[in-house]
Amino acid sequence: MEDDAPVIYGLEFQARALTPQIAETDAIRFLVGTQSLKYDNQIHIIDFDDENNIINKNVLIHQAGEIWHISASPADKGVLATCYNKTSDSKVMTCAAVWRMPKELESGSHESPDDSSSNTQTLELLCHLDNTAHGNMACVIWEPMGDGKKLISLADNHLLLWDLQESSSNAVLSNSAALEGKGQLKFTSGRWSPHHNCTQVATANDTAIRGWDTRSMRQIYYIENAHGQLVRDLDFNPNKQYYLASCGDDCKVKFWDTRNVTEPVKTLEEHSHWVWNVRYNHSHDQLVLSGSSDSRIILSNMVSISSEPFGHLVDDDELSDQEDHHQEEKTKEPLQDSIIATYEEHEDSVYAVEWSSADPWLFASLSYDGRLVINRVPRALKYHILL
Amino acid sequence: MNVLNKTSLIPEMTSSSLAGGGCSQQNVTDPEVTSVSFPPSKQTCVALGRGRMSVPQGGPLPGPAELGSEPPGGKRRPHGMLKLYYGLPDPAAEARGGLAPGGDPGGPTDINGAHFDPEVFLTKLRKECSLAQLMDCETDMVKQIRALDSDMQTLVYENYNKFISATDTIRKMKNDFKKMEDEMDCLAANMAVITEFSARISSTLQDQHEQITKLSGVHTLLRKLQFLFELPARLTKCVELEAYGQAVRYYSKARSILHQYQHMPSFQGIQDDCQKIMANLAQKLREKFRDGGSGAKDLAECVELLLQLDEPAEELCDEFLSHARCRLEAELEALEAELGQPGGAPITDILEFIDRGCNIFVSNMCLVIASYQELFVSREGVQGITRMAQDKLVAFVNSLMETYFSLVERRIQLEKGVGDNSLLVRALDRFHRRLQALAKLLPASNVAAEGTEIVVRAAKERIRQYLLALQSFYQDCLTDVRQSLAAPRLAGKESPNLAELLGTISASVLNQIKSVLTYVHLFTAKDITFSNKPYFKGEFCSQGVREGLIVGFIKSICQTARQFCETTGDKGGSTPPALLLLLSRLCLDYETSTISYILTLTDEQFLVQDRSPITPVTSLCAEAREAAQRLLNHYVKVQGLIISQMLRKSVETRDWVNTIEPRNVRAVMKRVVEDTTSIDVQVGLLYEEGVRKAQSSDSSKRTFSVYSSSRQQSRYAPSYTPSAPLDTNLLSNIQKLFSERIDIFSPVEFNKVSVLTGIIKISLKTFLECVRLRTFGRYGLQQIQVDCYYLQLYLWRFVCDENLVHFLLDEIMGSTAHRCLDPVPMEQSVIEVICERG
Repeated sequence: MEDDAPVIYGLEFQARALTPQIAETDAIRFLVGTQSLKYDNQIHIIDFDDENNIINKNVLIHQAGEIWHISASPADKGVLATCYNKTSDSKVMTCAAVWRMPKELESGSHESPDDSSSNTQTLELLCHLDNTAHGNMACVIWEPMGDGKKLISLADNHLLLWDLQESSSNAVLSNSAALEGKGQLKFTSGRWSPHHNCTQVATANDTAIRGWDTRSMRQIYYIENAHGQLVRDLDFNPNKQYYLASCGDDCKVKFWDTRNVTEPVKTLEEHSHWVWNVRYNHSHDQLVLSGSSDSRIILSNMVSISSEPFGHLVDDDELSDQEDHHQEEKTKEPLQDSIIATYEEHEDSVYAVEWSSADPWLFASLSYDGRLVINRVPRALKYHILL
Repeated sequence: MNVLNKTSLIPEMTSSSLAGGGCSQQNVTDPEVTSVSFPPSKQTCVALGRGRMSVPQGGPLPGPAELGSEPPGGKRRPHGMLKLYYGLPDPAAEARGGLAPGGDPGGPTDINGAHFDPEVFLTKLRKECSLAQLMDCETDMVKQIRALDSDMQTLVYENYNKFISATDTIRKMKNDFKKMEDEMDCLAANMAVITEFSARISSTLQDQHEQITKLSGVHTLLRKLQFLFELPARLTKCVELEAYGQAVRYYSKARSILHQYQHMPSFQGIQDDCQKIMANLAQKLREKFRDGGSGAKDLAECVELLLQLDEPAEELCDEFLSHARCRLEAELEALEAELGQPGGAPITDILEFIDRGCNIFVSNMCLVIASYQELFVSREGVQGITRMAQDKLVAFVNSLMETYFSLVERRIQLEKGVGDNSLLVRALDRFHRRLQALAKLLPASNVAAEGTEIVVRAAKERIRQYLLALQSFYQDCLTDVRQSLAAPRLAGKESPNLAELLGTISASVLNQIKSVLTYVHLFTAKDITFSNKPYFKGEFCSQGVREGLIVGFIKSICQTARQFCETTGDKGGSTPPALLLLLSRLCLDYETSTISYILTLTDEQFLVQDRSPITPVTSLCAEAREAAQRLLNHYVKVQGLIISQMLRKSVETRDWVNTIEPRNVRAVMKRVVEDTTSIDVQVGLLYEEGVRKAQSSDSSKRTFSVYSSSRQQSRYAPSYTPSAPLDTNLLSNIQKLFSERIDIFSPVEFNKVSVLTGIIKISLKTFLECVRLRTFGRYGLQQIQVDCYYLQLYLWRFVCDENLVHFLLDEIMGSTAHRCLDPVPMEQSVIEVICERG
């Protein structure tokens, strides 16, 4: 079945946390963390069978608490980090921990759904990221392209750099930086740049975006009033080292060149409520996803500021004559930024969208009501980019 | 004369003699008659020819058949005979010769031939013809002979008579001539005598005459010489008497002679003297010329004389012009002085300035041109001079006018006042009018075109200034509105009446536009000379006034409106929301009526004849409507944001887990309702009520509360029971299946209800999202319950569809319940009590 119909998967609980299994590059696999105050929370390992359009799931119990953020290790398929709420003595505290999933689930099993529901398995705790001194954890970010030993976590107004030691069983705080200023400053989200040898991190707090150098833990750029209201999310262009996308409560998605932060390079204003998530496609950075609490996901084609402004450049020797011809045609076409599609399968606010790490034409989105939708880039556009 | 008369008498005489039949023989023998030859008359010639022919034919053997069968041959015969006579072959004779018995033309048997031999003829006849033929021939011949005889007789008579009369005539003539000869001899003798006398007299007088001629020549020469010798003195005297014209006349008379004889010492002296005097004279003339104080006539005379003195015309032109230039430049400097200090205000108003320029500079310029043309150009002189002079004049005028124009332009640029511009228009009119006169004088120069250019530029500049003025006026209006929006709140009074403010701003802007239109209209008034130039008829009206001024202004209004939406959107909104609302209404009013009114007004005042494309009313209206829509959307956004911020702060800053049992509605909710009410009032001042969903029209507070309580029971109760974790999702999903998707920041309609709905939607959605990020304790949940009920009580009346409020509040309650650690809801009755108390 090769149609573009979305595949929908429903979770029993409300959910906010979604991540692709980054270390996995063959199978399409997403991890979803649930939010429930009353029951044991779960991590759903969603396997998508692209050929048969079938979803297989495995459920892991996450007993520590409701999951606010989840991130998978880029090096080890079985390792992931979560930020979760711990409620004790009528106190709510957001903590973070690194976990390992059972070996047999690492590369996905194809058990039938009813089997997995019967014998739910538990995560193995590797280590806690101790935040008692720093406050609530907003998110945990792995060093991209690294060996899965470095982490950054955002806790209230602290930026914490951790080293995982002894096969990830021990997390040592190697460096930290704190946000100074008036009022209660809180980081809302952050992203680790894959460029510059992974030495840059961007964070968002309130309406500002800051760039940090992880070696000195010093601020390297500062986009004041990046959005009219709260900045909700960030993402780095995977192919253009100075380009950054951000989104926020002013319903806008903005694109920045960090070398000149006075003005955004581009602004999209398509959503009708807060934009919670923005993601560049890993391979074709003109494709940008944004998810919003207007329950919509918008896929935009930002050709003009992408690394492929004139279409996909194939190496010359790989080109047959026909391809050559196609390419000529394409360079003649005026390429314009456009909205490719608006996906309206969700009924509630969408808090997370993620591209698959294995298939660059596929993405998942998660709304608060626990609905996970897997969509594909429209075929016409896919061929347009590829050919 | 006599001779001719006599010949004409001849035929009469013959006829009379024929009739008489008698002959006077006595004159025939007169020897003198034969010497007179007659011109042969035709009649006689024919008769003679026939006579001659008939003589040989009238031989013994004429062919009787010949005569009888060929009557036309008789007519031809004379020609035949004549031809024969001249030695030409006669075809007729030849033909006849074939038929005749002796058919041998020219031979010895041809009876008419020259070589006729009777013997041969007879022998031939006898040999060849029968007797009968011979007999016939014989009779025929006898007939011919008779006829010839009678013909001959007649001819002889005729000739004889003529001879007689001729003889008479000649005799008479002879007598007359003799008398005349005598008289002629006498005359010749007399003439000889006279000739002799005359010759004698001439020879006597010859000497004296030569002397007299010589004397008179000498006399003339002497007089001329005397004139020459006296010339220096005379010239001096003339110079002394200032009779320069006389002097020049004398000198020009003598000049060539002096020049011719200049090799003689005495003449040389005179010439030198004269030249000296004349140089002196020329000098004086030049001084006078340079002095310039004298009248135009004097000046003209000067130039005339100087030209006669062969002074170089070019130099004179230059001198004249440079002299004129001095004066005109002085005037220009005076004009420039009136411009005042750079940056400072001009000393005189523009009309006075232009007046001065026209009256002093331009009119003097005209005078100079006129006198110059009279002096140099229109002279009957050499063509070369005229052209050279004309060229010089044009260059001169152009250079000076350029300076003048630059002064005028500088002055016009100083004219920045944006009020009444009748002075400016009058000044420009005068300027233009005077230039027409100048241009008429000197069509070769381009002053008229340049002057028109200046006027056009001034008009364009004026339009630009008016546009700027309108824009700044509009900005001032906005500032006023801002102030009046800000000020009364400090005084603690009621917020200013937006409708009044709108009326004020709208009216004052419209008035301003009208007055500007009136000012600009002056440019096209009928009595203004330049108003009939093609620019002012076409482009000025359409491109200038309509497009540049009015359309430009309307566009700038829309532009300003858009700027309010863009710039302040991100930076927290320094624009008071009321101003946004006001502007939105203003733009909407423009869309509905004002734009078309203004444009109609403009089109009426400026009858646009130009074909150039103009912005249609509809596109302007669309622009205005879009601006209005954006402003209103922005207003909703800003107001929604203000309320959202309150709600968000209140949710984020509170510890919802460890809160106390609710006793009151939180202050922030009251504040939200208060603000919403005041927004409602504010919007109500400018926008119509709008349409609500029918069901809400008859819903009262009481029924609503019952309805809501029952709804809440049925909706929330099951979800609090821990046994069914899926129910909430199921329920809310089912609920959502049947409700329409709500766009939070969606465009609103131009009415109060829609605006308020937009604001409430934004606020409640924020509330929902904030709640979802928190964790609640039991009392936290109950507090939210109270708050939501309170909002439900007060917000429904503002929106078009109260279900929307219900739906959003339900969502909030549902989410709160989910986020609650100990979800125990409060009794509905308690909630009602708390809310009614608060």
